[in-house]
Amino acid sequence: MKTFHLVTTLLLCSTLIACDGKAPKSRAVYMLIDTSGTYTRELDKAQKIGNYLLGSLNSGDSLAMARIDSGSFSEKDIISKVTFDMRPSMATTQKHQFKRQLDNFVSSAKPSAHTDISGAVLQASEFLNETQAQTKYILIFSDLEEDLVRGHIRDFTMPLVQIKVVALNVTKLRSDNIDPRDYLNRLDDWEKRVYEGGGLWKVVNDLDRLDKLLDS
Amino acid sequence: MSISEIIMLWSDNRGLSLLIWTILLVTAMYLARSSAHLSIGAVARSLRAALRMTASSLIALEQRMVKRNKQVILQAGQESAERTIEREFQRVNTIVERDLSGYPAAQRTITDLINKIETDYQASNETPPSPPEWLEAVDTISRIEKGGDSTVSQVLQSIQETIESAHEETVKAYRKSSLERLQVLKKMLPSWRGLSQTVSSMSTAVTDLSERTAFIDKQMEKYERMRRNDDQIARMLTSSSLTQFFVAGLVMVIAMFGGLINYQLIALPMSEMVGGVSEIGGWRTADIAAMVIIMVEVAMGLFLLESLRITHLFPVISSMDDKMRKRMVIVTLTILTILASVEASLAYMRDLLALDREALAQSLAGVAASNVEFRWIPSIGQMVMGFILPFALAFVAIPLESFIHASRTVIGLAGASVVRMLAYAAKMTGQMMYQAGRIMIHTYDMAIFLPLSVEQLVRNSKAARDSDDVDEIILKTDETVGGIKP
Repeated sequence: MKTFHLVTTLLLCSTLIACDGKAPKSRAVYMLIDTSGTYTRELDKAQKIGNYLLGSLNSGDSLAMARIDSGSFSEKDIISKVTFDMRPSMATTQKHQFKRQLDNFVSSAKPSAHTDISGAVLQASEFLNETQAQTKYILIFSDLEEDLVRGHIRDFTMPLVQIKVVALNVTKLRSDNIDPRDYLNRLDDWEKRVYEGGGLWKVVNDLDRLDKLLDS
Repeated sequence: MSISEIIMLWSDNRGLSLLIWTILLVTAMYLARSSAHLSIGAVARSLRAALRMTASSLIALEQRMVKRNKQVILQAGQESAERTIEREFQRVNTIVERDLSGYPAAQRTITDLINKIETDYQASNETPPSPPEWLEAVDTISRIEKGGDSTVSQVLQSIQETIESAHEETVKAYRKSSLERLQVLKKMLPSWRGLSQTVSSMSTAVTDLSERTAFIDKQMEKYERMRRNDDQIARMLTSSSLTQFFVAGLVMVIAMFGGLINYQLIALPMSEMVGGVSEIGGWRTADIAAMVIIMVEVAMGLFLLESLRITHLFPVISSMDDKMRKRMVIVTLTILTILASVEASLAYMRDLLALDREALAQSLAGVAASNVEFRWIPSIGQMVMGFILPFALAFVAIPLESFIHASRTVIGLAGASVVRMLAYAAKMTGQMMYQAGRIMIHTYDMAIFLPLSVEQLVRNSKAARDSDDVDEIILKTDETVGGIKP
């Protein structure tokens, strides 16, 4: 009888060990890297942010990086995407692989003629909604100056419900120095578009404060 | 209507209105004085009576608890003494079986040895050969003056030589005889030693037995006192129980720290098995799984020690037949060993994961991976700890049993103390209520001191008038009776 109790206890423990609970508080981050014009010189900063994200995200979280080029609403612009495995060892291997792909991109990135930020944000929104993560982030590493190819239509409300959009390293353009209102208007326009889409907006220009990036 | 409006009810002048209110209130209080006194007194007395009754009930309960605690302590002490006495009897039995059962053989050995020694002694007692008796005569002859006769001289010379030769032979024989006796005495040495050892071992056995019997006597005396419900022995047992409670508690705290270290060792690698982020009821599944493994180890240790009859927490296991118990020992020990091996491998995996993470962190920081020497030492240390800790945790069953047994006494004592304190508090509160009632009556009278003073004056004057009237009556009566005017 006692042996039976022991076996039952062990079976219960095994069941507990085997049961696969739901992954809570999972995060999904989609980082957009502007490659237009002179912004390619800022890529080492993007690499730094990428490394920070790799160090911060854990098993069950998703991370994707994509470039912003002339027509960004496309899967081909995705540099790398991954959902980290539940096993920490596997997740570490995935991070190593992701880092290699990021390093390759940074070393071989070429400037694009135009800047399709809206298309990239739409693409990011699609990816994030598919992950079904509880917290979703779009990090836009750009000066936010959109320069669309003639004929591309992007003036509509973007679906950004429950997505936190963070603009990173929004550099001032030469024209901004002449009239700073251009810079402020650019930020206001994007904030308005994000709020219209149901998202949250934040600007982080000080890259030394990355530790609070994902808590915003 | 607000309070302010009520205050100003009688007049727009606040002071006047307040005065009217005060007069009204004092008048009302004066009129209701006797009823108020009675009410306050009744409430205070009722409260005191109720609280005294509560205190009496609590004291009775406390006495019952103390009595029950004493019974429990004495019962536990009796059980313990019975176990000790039983164990001592078993030891005595072992000594008797092991040492004293060989007593006849030892006695025979001693007798044989004594006989042998006696024989040897007799043998060593042989007298050495004495020189031949005619040697004296020859010696006298050899000392005769030789004179000048060569024949006589030769004869005497020959006699002297014969004497010397005989002397040498005698000395030789004597020496040989002494040597033989020494050899016999030498042969006696092992017999003496053997005899000494046999006697010594007998003495040890008897001394040991004597000590055991003295201990049993002491235990029996203690047991008898427990059966007589002796207060002193109850106090001793209580004190011993408290000591056991704190010591067992301390050991359990140490064991808990050991469990925490064990948990830290296996919680991280456990996420490799059950996933790093899944949760059950707000807790990480990996953490729960690690905790469950530790709990199962403790449970296995409990069953193992129970099967070995070291602890007695589960009567079902203790009462199992020996065959079943042995099976249980084997099963629990096997499971414990498997779990310990699993923990050792998990500890190793933890080290690998830590290394992997370190390498990733260095890579992300852009630092070249460093190659630390003697990295294998902590790895092996973790593995050994992972293997040893489950067995160490298994022994927590011993302090746990002591803790459970001692906590019964401690909880009883604490309960009795709390009830005693409550009884005291109830008694005290009752008395305070009664005194508060008296104070309230005096305060009430203080509030209406004015009408009371007036009443007192009126009464005094009335009493004085009544006194005068009485005097007059007396005087009139005197006049009537005696006819003398003052």
